[in-house]
Amino acid sequence: MMKRISAFLLLLLLTGSLLLTACSSGNTDAGDGEEDVRGYQGEVNVYNWGEYISPGDDGTLDVIDEFEKRYHIKVNYTNFETNEELYNVLTNSNSTYDVIVPSDYMAARLREEGLLEEIDYDNIPNYKYISDRFKNQPYDPENKYTVPYTWGYVALVYNTDMIEEGKIKGFKDLWSEDYKDTGILMFNNSRDAMAIAMQLCDPPIDPGSPSFTREDIDRATDKLIEQKSVLKKYVMDQVFTEMESNQSGLAPYYAGDIYTMIDNNELLDYCIPEEGSNLFIDSLCIPATCKNKENAELFINFMCDPEIAAANAEYMCYGTPNEAALELVDEDLRDSELFNPPADYLDKCYTFTNLDDDIYSYMQKRFVEACSANAEVSSVEKKTVNPAAVWAVGAILAVIIISSAVIVVLDIRKAIKNRGRINKL
Amino acid sequence: MITNSVTATDASNKYTTLRQRRSENRSAMKSKKPAIPYLGWMLVFTIIPLVMVAYYAFTDSKGRFSLESFENATVYSEVFLYSLLIALISTAICLVLAYPLAFSISRCSQRSQTLIIMFLMVPMWMNFLLRIYAWVLILQNYGPLDMILRTFGIDITLIGNSGAVIVGMVYEFLPFMILPLHTVMSKIDNSLIEASQDLGCNGFNVFRKVVFPLSVPGIISGVTMVFVPTASTFLVAQYLGGTQFMIGDVIERVFQSDHHTGSAIAMVLMVVILGFLIFMNRFGDKEAVN
Repeated sequence: MMKRISAFLLLLLLTGSLLLTACSSGNTDAGDGEEDVRGYQGEVNVYNWGEYISPGDDGTLDVIDEFEKRYHIKVNYTNFETNEELYNVLTNSNSTYDVIVPSDYMAARLREEGLLEEIDYDNIPNYKYISDRFKNQPYDPENKYTVPYTWGYVALVYNTDMIEEGKIKGFKDLWSEDYKDTGILMFNNSRDAMAIAMQLCDPPIDPGSPSFTREDIDRATDKLIEQKSVLKKYVMDQVFTEMESNQSGLAPYYAGDIYTMIDNNELLDYCIPEEGSNLFIDSLCIPATCKNKENAELFINFMCDPEIAAANAEYMCYGTPNEAALELVDEDLRDSELFNPPADYLDKCYTFTNLDDDIYSYMQKRFVEACSANAEVSSVEKKTVNPAAVWAVGAILAVIIISSAVIVVLDIRKAIKNRGRINKL
Repeated sequence: MITNSVTATDASNKYTTLRQRRSENRSAMKSKKPAIPYLGWMLVFTIIPLVMVAYYAFTDSKGRFSLESFENATVYSEVFLYSLLIALISTAICLVLAYPLAFSISRCSQRSQTLIIMFLMVPMWMNFLLRIYAWVLILQNYGPLDMILRTFGIDITLIGNSGAVIVGMVYEFLPFMILPLHTVMSKIDNSLIEASQDLGCNGFNVFRKVVFPLSVPGIISGVTMVFVPTASTFLVAQYLGGTQFMIGDVIERVFQSDHHTGSAIAMVLMVVILGFLIFMNRFGDKEAVN
């Protein structure tokens, strides 16, 4: 009994101390945050990519806090992970977002489906800093709905310990037998992987074209299957650990993230693919369901403020379309070819356009097939269906169904017999 | 001997009190009312989703009956076979590892049994993904295991192949094999083993005639509890394996764009697992009867 009481007391003490620490930390938050003093006069709901704003730790500028201080408007900040997730949230739930950050092709889709609100550019004076290169894009030809926030492109990262510096020239090296043993990684995402494969097809297919066909996708799929014999793995976020801890030698990824990887591992170097690459532009937009349009425009204008844009660019290492901000960015970063590739290279790049639902799901389907294809067999025959395997699965299924049926029938007969016996007794 | 007889009487006491309690509760047990919340849960989260999966599997995108999605699913036959093979191997390794361990645990004193079982459970308090991730760090090139092997002059890639996937699976699901085996084995009365020894059985015959037949129900539930999740799990292959996916990964991917084909693959997997369960149960019944 004594034991139980003491255990109970111990538990009480533990929870009590937890509560106390929680309270005290709450107090300090309120203390230096001045939350209560501010007296917000409104709010703005922002839906952005994860780690896509300068957060205020490690000496970076806390952009959200800065906005709240300046305008006395509360920012409710939430994250999404993919463009598709953003689309689902906007279409399926009663979303109350005021500012969203879709990529190019998703902005096009949202605009075409009437899910975006026109922006009043008179309220965004800082729009004048945005470079003309990023205006009049196909996803918003008349510049009515979008304000470019960041841009980036797909580049290659490789380990100079395993691959001689300067040897890597372009995406074609991802198919090269020479680098197989260093470990080649590939995008685990249909759109990016297919785009690279399409560029390498013979003749090449333009991945930025809005009108490629199922045959084009089939050709790209064959190209991806061909790659399997030299490939180590399909990855997304895993690429950071794989490259930073020298596990793999060569990978395609987004340039801003490659900059971060090189920062963390001196052995890494980048290559800007000679074939040209996918240029993506993420824009600030206002959804049609927005409730605080004025605040949203205030927020967008604030994000285009050169100092703020520079702080964001320095944190994310993604390109900024803001010309004035580029002047303010740290010199090392600005002069880096990776961060700021020459203009004529960007002319070689393509931008994704919105695809038909039908074509897009066909692309996803073929990508999964490429991922699950058997490397040894398929790269020679370029087929994804192995008839022997189909027959084997069929046979297994047949055996299972028949034997289960027999077992069940036998059991039922036995049960009936037993019941008869019991009744007799 | 003395301690044994004490535990035996203890156990019999326990059983009589249990029996008494049961007979007292029998009238209450007959009422099905307490099961209503669970039945509701089962209806909403088991029956309805199953019906939906079946519906999607047998229809096309326009909602008409069709077997098109099964035809589409044939592409993944090879992955399917590969997954079943991985599951079978992992289950076999789990059984071989767990059986002697469970037996020796069950022969320990009550106190150390609780302690050992707790230590087996401790890794399961951690997140599944973290544990797999830990294996990535252990097996990676220039990781701890690789460095040890290198000092002996063995230079092999430990990660990115089926072997690594199997290691991950065995680690992940070994407790599910040990626990049911231990539960069954701890109920085997020591006096049965002693009796068979008295009657002249050697070690092997004690195992063959006493321990093994009595532990069959534990083997059955252990094998099902390991085989079923290993056949359908996902992410393990993506982290520890190379470019070869497993069927769980495929289902996850396909579902993102095409519910119908995804459901068809899931249906086939369910049928195989169901057949496996029926077969295992049948096998178990027979053994128990013998």
